[in-house]
Amino acid sequence: MSSMQRSNALAKTASFRWAPDFAAMQQVLVQRVLPPVVIIALLGILWELLCSSPGAVLPPPSQVLRDTWELIVNPFYNHGGNDVGMAWQILASLERVAYGYSLAVVAGIALGVLVGQSTWAMRGLDPVFQVLRTVPPLAWLPISLAGFQDSTPSAIFVIFITAIWPIIINTSVGIRNIPEDYRNVARVLRLNGMEYFTRIMLPAAAPYIFSGLRIGVGLSWLAIVAAEMLIGGVGIGFFIWDAWNASMISDIILALVYVGIVGFVLDRLVAFIGSRVTRGTAQG
Amino acid sequence: MSNRYLSIENVDMTFTAKGVESQVLKGIDLTVDRGEYISIIGHSGCGKSTLLNIVAGLTESTSGAVILDGKEVNSPGPDRSVVFQNHSLLPWLTVYENVALAVNKTCARTKSKAERHAWIVKNLEMVGMGHALDKRPAEISGGMKQRVGIARALAMEPKVLLLDEPFGALDALTRAHLQEEVMRIQDELGNTVIMITHDVDEAVLLSDRIVMLTNGPSARIGEILDIELPRPRDRIALADDPRYNHYRQEVLRFLYEKQRKVESLAQRRGAGNEKQKDEKEKAKEKRMAKA
Repeated sequence: MSSMQRSNALAKTASFRWAPDFAAMQQVLVQRVLPPVVIIALLGILWELLCSSPGAVLPPPSQVLRDTWELIVNPFYNHGGNDVGMAWQILASLERVAYGYSLAVVAGIALGVLVGQSTWAMRGLDPVFQVLRTVPPLAWLPISLAGFQDSTPSAIFVIFITAIWPIIINTSVGIRNIPEDYRNVARVLRLNGMEYFTRIMLPAAAPYIFSGLRIGVGLSWLAIVAAEMLIGGVGIGFFIWDAWNASMISDIILALVYVGIVGFVLDRLVAFIGSRVTRGTAQG
Repeated sequence: MSNRYLSIENVDMTFTAKGVESQVLKGIDLTVDRGEYISIIGHSGCGKSTLLNIVAGLTESTSGAVILDGKEVNSPGPDRSVVFQNHSLLPWLTVYENVALAVNKTCARTKSKAERHAWIVKNLEMVGMGHALDKRPAEISGGMKQRVGIARALAMEPKVLLLDEPFGALDALTRAHLQEEVMRIQDELGNTVIMITHDVDEAVLLSDRIVMLTNGPSARIGEILDIELPRPRDRIALADDPRYNHYRQEVLRFLYEKQRKVESLAQRRGAGNEKQKDEKEKAKEKRMAKA
């Protein structure tokens, strides 16, 4: 620790002499990057200490790294069947999520607009939504397997049905909250239905829609791992299940780290798109 | 009135909420000449905005009719453009795009693309916003937003321009500045304007006629005051003008003597007598509510 701080201090004084821009970068590095790095290092050390004893059930991080080194450095190998690199496993899962989530986005926004626009539709559909949204994702799997008779569409359906509820609910709230003034502007201008939808409704509801999309993408990533454990084939979920059956705990730990990172990236990606699209939508 | 450009004929408005009917406007009759500047003034809650919304077509009157240039009004349209109190610019569009939305919709057939662009810029320059075409509403001040709102309304070339307390949310200095601009534009273009206001000075300064509404429920037109001050009007010169002060006094007398808003005054006064009376009444109400 102390040597770290010293080198930091050195770097800081040095950076001042080079360029002010670099100093700013240095500051960001110290304020934003340093704390998580320190915490992760501490957690790693704690983990190492706890799992290093001979009777430990779980492997320490050093052991995990040694066991999974091949997987880490060769993410793209392909030995046929299920025996493919981690990157392929994750991409297979992402592909399923992409299909299911895209369907959920389209259907969810459409239904959200319907429920947001029509009081009758809201009264009719809202109770149905409120009940269905509490059904856990995996509870949908058997029924969708029965319906589709195939594992791939079933997994996609589970993603769809998991992600759609927050999208519907947030979209409808966004539509309901469009200020009366904007509606009046549209009426005075005599915007037609399509113009109203694209020029007023979507941009006005965009902040709400994107918060629904963000929750939705998180839920779909949660659901895919669980669903894949049951349906098998290539995918990070089944990889974890497979590793468990082969008692390769280190592989499981590596997969968990990857799942977490991918979920985090998905969340940030949707948040980023949202902030770009809704830039300026905030009430001025 | 010689030529009836806009006439509001025997308009009644009754709202029904939870089975309780409340009449807001009763038997409103008013004719407006082309190029005339009319102010509608009255205490808050008397139905001024409702009346404006009926003329705009945003609210449908219970009975009676609004006729503009020989045609009955029954839906909103760009021939009656509205400047809303809180500007209601679309925050995701730039200043230019906000006006463009209106211009491209209303002048798509009559103007070419280049003409529309020139028209948008011209209207924004007229309200002094030519420098901020690419700014978003969040980046400009309240007064500037209202200028853009006015430009948007003017750009539609309305037969009647409807101003719904256009300066109500602005500070006094900005308000005075915008009033001058509106007067200048009015001199230039000769628009027919109906403006809702609760500001007596504003009404006298800007209007050809002031329409005073009685207190609701069932508000009627109480008095109509012709303002025969020569234009262009200068607020500093007028401040000393006996005619101006007379008109002001007329409106004030109507608002504070003939149509005194009882509750608000009683609250503000807080003097022994009034207060006691109030409390007695409240106690009475409570008793009735219990029974």
